[in-house]
Amino acid sequence: MGKLYDRLILDYRIQEGLRACINCGTCTAICPAAEFYKYDPRKIVDIVQSKDEEEIEALLKSETIWYCGECMSCVTRCPRKNAPGLVIMALRSLSMELEYFAESEKGRQQYALAKVLCGNILNYGYCVYPRTFKYSMHPEAGKVWEWQEKHMQDVYSRLGANLDGDGTGALRRIPQEDLDQLQRIFDATGATDRLRIIREVSMQKAEELGLSEEEYFDKVFNQTEKDHLNR
Amino acid sequence: MIYEGKRKIWSDYQKEIPDDHYFYVRSCIRQSFFPASERTFLDIVKNKLQKDFFETEHHTTCGGIAYHSDAIPQETVMTIIARQFALMHKYGYENYVCSCITSFGLYTETLETWREFPELEAKIKQILWDTCKLEFSKPAYLAHASDIIYKYRNLIAARAKYKLIDKTTGRPLRVVEHIGCHYSKMFPSKGVGGAEYPYVLTGMIEAWGGEVIDYPERRHCCGFGFRQYLVRSNRGYSLSNTHKKFESMEPYKPDMIITNCPGCPYFLDRWQYVISEMEGKTYGENGHGIPVFTYEEVAGLVMGYDPWDLGLQTHQVGVEPLLDKIGIPYDPETKYKGPGNKDLGQPERPSCLK
Repeated sequence: MGKLYDRLILDYRIQEGLRACINCGTCTAICPAAEFYKYDPRKIVDIVQSKDEEEIEALLKSETIWYCGECMSCVTRCPRKNAPGLVIMALRSLSMELEYFAESEKGRQQYALAKVLCGNILNYGYCVYPRTFKYSMHPEAGKVWEWQEKHMQDVYSRLGANLDGDGTGALRRIPQEDLDQLQRIFDATGATDRLRIIREVSMQKAEELGLSEEEYFDKVFNQTEKDHLNR
Repeated sequence: MIYEGKRKIWSDYQKEIPDDHYFYVRSCIRQSFFPASERTFLDIVKNKLQKDFFETEHHTTCGGIAYHSDAIPQETVMTIIARQFALMHKYGYENYVCSCITSFGLYTETLETWREFPELEAKIKQILWDTCKLEFSKPAYLAHASDIIYKYRNLIAARAKYKLIDKTTGRPLRVVEHIGCHYSKMFPSKGVGGAEYPYVLTGMIEAWGGEVIDYPERRHCCGFGFRQYLVRSNRGYSLSNTHKKFESMEPYKPDMIITNCPGCPYFLDRWQYVISEMEGKTYGENGHGIPVFTYEEVAGLVMGYDPWDLGLQTHQVGVEPLLDKIGIPYDPETKYKGPGNKDLGQPERPSCLK
């Protein structure tokens, strides 16, 4: 039994999500990601189940583990009550822990995701926060969002939100004592460590590519060079 | 015999939803894109139906979007969730209702994981105490806010000013119902009607006079995919999934779409705009899109709320043709006004979508 597999099965999501895969491929048939990307959750689960150290290491460094959208449609349909989506989550966690994630283009996107989402959580208490959801980064949000961004305080006020206000309500300012608790939870449960690893490895990668931090963010957020699509 | 068997299977997917006394937590996405939906929900349950729903300013995100983007570990979200449960306990509630579907799925998953691995629950309990000096109790009942509106659907119907009916022809409106994946795909027994035949929105549509459309990709994901939308270079994934759904529902000529997830209505609305800009294609009648609503917005419409108080002006797909069809009055002059009728100008018009 290889070391990587031993580490994977410490993750509760593997214990819950991988019981006895019969390799039927129902997960791949139902998977929205498999239709869009060169992606096959059946193969991924099979590799993990094989306990083959080399193949698992290749998976942890691959593009393929980053293609899943975590919709969990696979869970409903698996005839053996496996959860390929949970297996993927465990693989992604280990890929970051072992600093392998930056070896794939899709894995490198963790830098942008961690920066934006964890910044929102620790600064505002929300995963999504309108003042950091910029029309310039989200043109698909439409002309109506461009208008809303321009008149943010008035529009939210009109709609009954309490944007950055005290007390209860939508988008209220969360008291500092509560944000401090979130920071302590991050510190005690490995989130702060994960953020540190993502940042350090990403900055090494940026240096290798001769990019500043800002340029690296722009690259991983906006650009795709490889052909990932299933066509 | 077969009927009895079906009845037994169906009974596994029914929920005994408590009638009253809930601790309410908001959704990061719903409050950002549909804040008036949360206002409407609380107004209906607290002021119209006189139920007890409590909110505290101390609750936060559950961390679900960051967790499903793999930016934070499982123990982090579990501890944040434990903190939310501790607040519920502190304020004297035991029924917990969340506005977000990602949260609902994550709370359900967390409770199931703790049931299977009690040592993990004990560990999280200790971490919560060490970091926040809080103790939690698990909810006696966990609901999604759509479960609550489903529970009260007939009370709402009894107070309705309008029905989901074409006022000219008298025909029930054809409604697409779209259920957020994390509502019941992971744990079918936790959603009203399960994962294959969820009834939570269908029940509302039927109670309010509409007719549900069945179409091939009815259960397909809207395409959010967390990292697949949040990172700009991945967004083709999200768009393609929505496109697949619209191509599948188009022949059935839906009048409207109702969703129970906060993200889905945003995607189903905005990607229609993008498809129209990219390909010149629109899915509604006469160059319009198919309007997409949250269940709170639809409850508000049938109860006679002003469409602009419901925030329908912040959708990219115009809702006016549907309002006309039902016979709901609205004032075009006040559509984009701010508080106190303040002039905020107007959004630029899309180049294709009417």
